[in-house]
Amino acid sequence: MSDAPAILPERGIADRLTALFWRHPRLLLAVLLTPPLLWLGVVYLGSLFALLLQSFYSIDEFSGVVKEEFTLKTYAELFRAQNMDIILRTLLMSAAVTIGCAIIAFPIAYFAARFARGKWKAVFYLGVMLPLWSSYLVKVYAWKLILAKEGIITWAADGVGLSMVLNAILAIPGIGGNSLSTSPLGTFIVFVYVWLPYMILPMQAALERVPTSMLEASADLGASKAQTFRTVILPLAMPGVIAGSIFTFSLTMGDYIIPQIVGTSARFIGLAVYQLQGTAGNIPLAAAFAVVPIVIMLIYLTIAKRKGAFDAL
Amino acid sequence: MHSDRASWGLKIAAVGGLLFLHLPILLIFLYAFTTEDKSYQFPPPGLTTQWFGVAWEREDIWPPLYLSLWVATIATVLAMILGTLVSAAMARASFFGREQISLLIILPIALPGVITGMSLRSAFSIMDIPFSTWTIILGHATFCIVIVYNNAVARFRRLSGGILEASADLGANSFQTFRYVLLPNLSTALLAGGMLAFALSFDEVIVTTFTAGQQSTLPIWMLQELVRPRQRPVTNVVAIVVFVATVVPILIAFYLTRGGSETAGAGK
Repeated sequence: MSDAPAILPERGIADRLTALFWRHPRLLLAVLLTPPLLWLGVVYLGSLFALLLQSFYSIDEFSGVVKEEFTLKTYAELFRAQNMDIILRTLLMSAAVTIGCAIIAFPIAYFAARFARGKWKAVFYLGVMLPLWSSYLVKVYAWKLILAKEGIITWAADGVGLSMVLNAILAIPGIGGNSLSTSPLGTFIVFVYVWLPYMILPMQAALERVPTSMLEASADLGASKAQTFRTVILPLAMPGVIAGSIFTFSLTMGDYIIPQIVGTSARFIGLAVYQLQGTAGNIPLAAAFAVVPIVIMLIYLTIAKRKGAFDAL
Repeated sequence: MHSDRASWGLKIAAVGGLLFLHLPILLIFLYAFTTEDKSYQFPPPGLTTQWFGVAWEREDIWPPLYLSLWVATIATVLAMILGTLVSAAMARASFFGREQISLLIILPIALPGVITGMSLRSAFSIMDIPFSTWTIILGHATFCIVIVYNNAVARFRRLSGGILEASADLGANSFQTFRYVLLPNLSTALLAGGMLAFALSFDEVIVTTFTAGQQSTLPIWMLQELVRPRQRPVTNVVAIVVFVATVVPILIAFYLTRGGSETAGAGK
């Protein structure tokens, strides 16, 4: 007869730690969480805090040296006419891009959610995911080729005899320009293209959750297809649209590569931040400019949350 | 009863939308073979393969390529370690501040890149940290954590807690359970997350321009060529390289997570 205990003997430090974690599950949690939280807390939150701090500094107009004293002067500079122009232009573009994305995304999301089965479901899934993940810069570059004056669009318009239409569009002030690649319209097209997958995915997720029984009930109650669409499908898809619009709006607002490569030289918030911190060396004003999208997104997110958009993420 | 067939208008709009997403990228491949090097003329006046040789000979492309590969590798390794740790903590336990932590993980990718970039730039400026390869890696690893996290946490949720208890009942300690039970179950999700993180880092340009200083990663090299073109067809060749270097890991990631409840990339 052995009086050995029913538990195994300890085989070293690993077993002892296991026992410790077993008795104190919080300890294991702390061990797991400390490195990532330290990283995100120090690197990321620390940086965000540095951004805020910088935005309350100002730059000495004569020496160009950053004065490390608290001031609201830099924020006041945002309200100058030229800077307000930049902010308004960015907001307008973000809104237009969001609407454009929503319109193009809807049929794709709707078809993928309601009608695509089997092989087609996979095609649509990969067909949206691949452009989402593939190189951002390559996508922008492709559009530089397409929209160039000597590019495929001009060629195609000539080929089908629509160059008159193209020229008429380019002649519209405020939208057009010398060629598509140097017009605000071109900037808009590239933005819509690049952020489109971000709109499709949440939209599709929302549409997939619309129960078929509800559509049948709507039809049973005598609604036409158009009525069902307007009164059942569209309201239920709305949280998805809002979730998608968070991405398209925020991404457009922060982007500075696309307006630099395709479009006029008119500045957007992102470009202003980039130029101010780089060539101009005015880090405080750059930081203040970067705070603008944060504030706008916080307002946007608060509204979106009330509309229940986060259930669709 | 409502009919369950898509109308032709919807089909055309949906397929048209997919084509809109894909055709532009194909054009890059055509342009890499054009004989025209002064403009973006379409259709190309002639086709040639000489630009691949020219690009190969160009000395200024290799250092950015090496830098990009190096940065993406280190950032991916860091993100995989940190992302796995945090997903292990978040998958099971419920604790105070859980919601805040999940927000903190997502924030670097939810806010526009220009904010992440400018924040890091402000911090480097305040703390007098000189730009280096490590400042680039710092930024990349930060926004790659969420990619690994998303993949790993989905797999953790699917994993039944029973197998961990079974492992303990059979006398394995935590480390043995991790090595022989948890890791084999997690490995494809982690690999997929790593692949996506690599692709994201290899291609990243917005944050990088704020943290690179004078150094050039391959995307920064490409951006400079886009703003001031020197030899357009060479840029086309580099564009293909960048495209392939991002698409191959992405396809592997999708393959690794196919059929699961989790979907790779859903959280970009």
